[in-house]
Amino acid sequence: MAATAQNRMELVCPAGTPAALRAAADAGADAIYCGFANETNARNFPGLNFSPEEMAEGVAYAHRHGAKVLVAINTFARAGNVEIWQQAVDDAAASGADAVIAADIAVLDHASSRHPDLRLHLSVQAAANSPDAIRFYAETFGVKRVVLPRVFSVPEIAALNKEIDVETEVFVFGGLCVMTEGRCSLSSYATGKSPNLTGVCSPPDHVDYKEDETGRLQAHLGGFTIDSFEAGQPAGYPTLCKGQFSALGKSGYLFEDPVSLNAFELLEELSKAGVTALKIEGRQRGKAYIAGVVKAFRQAVDGLSSGADAGPAIATLKAFSEGGQQTAGSYKKTWR
Amino acid sequence: MPRQSSALSLPPVISTLIAPLPRTPMEVLLSRMTKQLVARRPELLRRLGAVVKVPIAIVPDDMPHAFLLQLDDTKSSVTICDKSKISDAEAVVRAPFLVLLGLLDGTYDGDALFFTRDLRIEGKTEYVLALRNTLEDAELSPGEFFGLTGQSADWVNKVSGQILDKARWLAARSSRPTGSLEPKH
Repeated sequence: MAATAQNRMELVCPAGTPAALRAAADAGADAIYCGFANETNARNFPGLNFSPEEMAEGVAYAHRHGAKVLVAINTFARAGNVEIWQQAVDDAAASGADAVIAADIAVLDHASSRHPDLRLHLSVQAAANSPDAIRFYAETFGVKRVVLPRVFSVPEIAALNKEIDVETEVFVFGGLCVMTEGRCSLSSYATGKSPNLTGVCSPPDHVDYKEDETGRLQAHLGGFTIDSFEAGQPAGYPTLCKGQFSALGKSGYLFEDPVSLNAFELLEELSKAGVTALKIEGRQRGKAYIAGVVKAFRQAVDGLSSGADAGPAIATLKAFSEGGQQTAGSYKKTWR
Repeated sequence: MPRQSSALSLPPVISTLIAPLPRTPMEVLLSRMTKQLVARRPELLRRLGAVVKVPIAIVPDDMPHAFLLQLDDTKSSVTICDKSKISDAEAVVRAPFLVLLGLLDGTYDGDALFFTRDLRIEGKTEYVLALRNTLEDAELSPGEFFGLTGQSADWVNKVSGQILDKARWLAARSSRPTGSLEPKH
């Protein structure tokens, strides 16, 4: 469903806590995505997420401020133990949420059959990257929007939009997952836990850091040393996809450097490509990040129609970026 | 562990002035306020999850002592100790004092501080994350920490906010400019 270039793209913002949800709504989010405090969502970190009561209160707060709430129930249900995923869908519907973001066909089936009025978005975790795959989810479960995997260039998104009849949502800022999402097993390999099944990439109970007397920081995941940073050198998340590897006598970043996505310069192209919504990553981040990034991208999206320059506001966001670096990721595919 | 001065490190004279002060009265006061806070806000313990009863060391780089924090439904405590005597802690958080306060009131983003190396963590990372996320969501104000309500709480919040702003400005002026720690209001 290609949106016209004149359509105002929706700004979809993260919230890991009720306080972050309020910060996102106050900063101008059109929609806020969040999840329950269990393994049904892909940001199942300690101290994060919402109880069913907090979700209902959050939905009410967001609606009062003109924002929608999208509940991420986007891990894959365990065979024989799907109750908490079904309960999460039921709780999301009861909270008055505007949509559920799901990837697993059992979760989508439960939502579409038990809550036919509940809008469904296909999570990036489904890794639906072809018109056939997207049409399957739309025709089978009534999915209205697909969150695209972070593997497309802008022309590829434009071409895809011409072939499908659902809205598309793309990531524009934040942590950059460079693998095929929903299929990546790197975290499982090192820790036995993954974002796909337990909702955690590099689970913090398997992460530890050691800084020596020279200020050199070593990051360990599941007992493996995956990166080191000299004193004063910006650090990154302890994920294997951005770790350093040694092979054939050489050491370095194999898949990706510690870096964050920033697609600000591509917003107009994304609009012309028919994108409906822009997603900011970071449910694990603090209120300062949420407020800062949402406010800057609010200016940027509004600036597409008003002509106002959001560049200075966007430039301040570099301080939030992993490793102090930013990239346009696969949208430009400069390595090809 | 020697540290390079951060953009928000307090001048060394502050540490020198604080070092000889008696610890016990401060420990008693902080422990009592923490217990009262936990009693008033039981949802804090629910969000903390497994961190309840786990000792966590808070080590301000630019202060002479460390704080050993233990949260519990009835026996919360804050112990002030030498920085070399935190081996009981399951996790350690190190940063300049003003950065730690900024994490508490939501002025700074913890991940961004970690990327810039202004915040360092050791030990069990999950406990630090749980504590940070809980405190972020709690939106604690100085007035609430002191157990105040109404106009007195508003006054304390306003005055402490002004003092913090001034302290951050002075610290930034007297330290290297990194640009990464400008207070975000």
